Amino acid sequence: MPGTTKERTTRRTFIAGVALVSVLPFAPARATPEAMAAAIKEVVGDNAIREGRVTLDLPPLIENGNAVPLAVSVESPMTEADHIKAIHVFNEKNPQPHVFDARLSPRNGKAVVATRIKLGDSQKIVAIAETSKGEFFSASADVIVTLAACLEDLT
Amino acid sequence: MAQAGADKRRSGYQDMGAALQKMQDDDTANPGMLFVQLGQQLWAKPAGGNNKACGDCHSIGDMKGVAARYPAMSKDGDKPIDLEGRIRLCRTANQQAEPLAPESREVLSLAAFVANQSRGLPIAPPADPRLAPFREQGEAIYRRRQGQLNLSCAICHDDNAGKKLAGVTIPQAHPTGYPLYRLEWQVLGSLKRRLRNCLIGIRAEAYPYDAVAYVALEIYLMDRARGMVFESPGVRP
Amino acid sequence: MTQVLINAPKTAKKGEVIELKALILHVMETGFRPGTSGRIIPRNIIERFTASWNGAEIFRMDFSPAISANPFVSFFAVASESGKISFRWTGDEGFAVEESVAIDVA
Repeated sequence: MPGTTKERTTRRTFIAGVALVSVLPFAPARATPEAMAAAIKEVVGDNAIREGRVTLDLPPLIENGNAVPLAVSVESPMTEADHIKAIHVFNEKNPQPHVFDARLSPRNGKAVVATRIKLGDSQKIVAIAETSKGEFFSASADVIVTLAACLEDLT
Repeated sequence: MAQAGADKRRSGYQDMGAALQKMQDDDTANPGMLFVQLGQQLWAKPAGGNNKACGDCHSIGDMKGVAARYPAMSKDGDKPIDLEGRIRLCRTANQQAEPLAPESREVLSLAAFVANQSRGLPIAPPADPRLAPFREQGEAIYRRRQGQLNLSCAICHDDNAGKKLAGVTIPQAHPTGYPLYRLEWQVLGSLKRRLRNCLIGIRAEAYPYDAVAYVALEIYLMDRARGMVFESPGVRP
Repeated sequence: MTQVLINAPKTAKKGEVIELKALILHVMETGFRPGTSGRIIPRNIIERFTASWNGAEIFRMDFSPAISANPFVSFFAVASESGKISFRWTGDEGFAVEESVAIDVA
């Protein structure tokens, strides 16, 4: 995970601060489009990000943000000379901007990864694919997350 | 999972989007199946003073159809008992083992394993006349206004099922998938847990955990869902 | 030992691209949620998932707290030779689980 150590120290300091304040349902600090942009920059650097090749599959309307099925597929011959070597997924409104980083190689045959993710609010999700030639392609999706009508008492 | 032609009843499964339906249908993606697998292991594990496992007295084949016809009258008592209650009773009375806490991972996993043996079968409440007064009690609870919001189950789940509440479709509330993996819980849970969530949701005080009222309500709901396909372990938002 | 469910074909043709799915029981506590006391529940997540084919890594995925509880992953692999496909999860609190399946490639 890029920046993990730094992130954890910052989060610990932040968490100590939150305990003194009245309780909010989510820690509010890191969740911004700027944080997502910074996280993307850490991965992509100054390289151009191109459109195309990446398909990001998410349900348009999400009944519950705790487990949202997500799939990323990237067009690629997946040969030694030309393959996807990484898929990075980011979010813009969760407490931190990373979702996952996957490492691939020609041994995968297909650059397709599916999982389930947590989304705390309606927001934009961005998937970035990195090729063995050092190119970056991306796709994004705007999703609507509905909250449960009858919430459970935690006590 | 659709019911036959003229039957207007819909399982909560039908009110979910395609992605969640797919999650339920795939046994290697359905998180409830992790609990079924754990239940299968617990089923074979000896316990208690008799050092017997569930599987020493019951064959797995015996369990086919059981969850689809629960709750049932407790053998020794005069009260009906739900599936989790029956498993907990067997644990102490027959296995002579340490009691399992209600809603604990062990009880839920055993219930999930047993209930999974009824998957695909029609819900078939038993024709036991002793259940009748409890079914009536359950129906009375279902129709009674409760809580600060002064709502009855019937107002949402009969009169307004299919309409939206806070962006989510109100289901008809048929217990077709229990115990189920509720995404809101991030874990497998019982119908009783869901009923308590509803009571809290309408700002009513949830009945005590061991109240017969929950079992009575379940008896009524299972009767109301008679013939619908049993889906356990379900996945629901 | 936690619960794991793996979906992998038992046989495949050499060169065939097969789908591998893995589901594991884990709370994936984000470290952002307040508990009933009002204090934040400490983070407890799986950080890394890897898959290997006869010891050679074929897939690696770094999880963040945004991965759901009881994480599910699906990915693809080229069936190269018969042997063992291993799946490994590591994370907070010394979490380390490994499960393998056998595959016959003709």
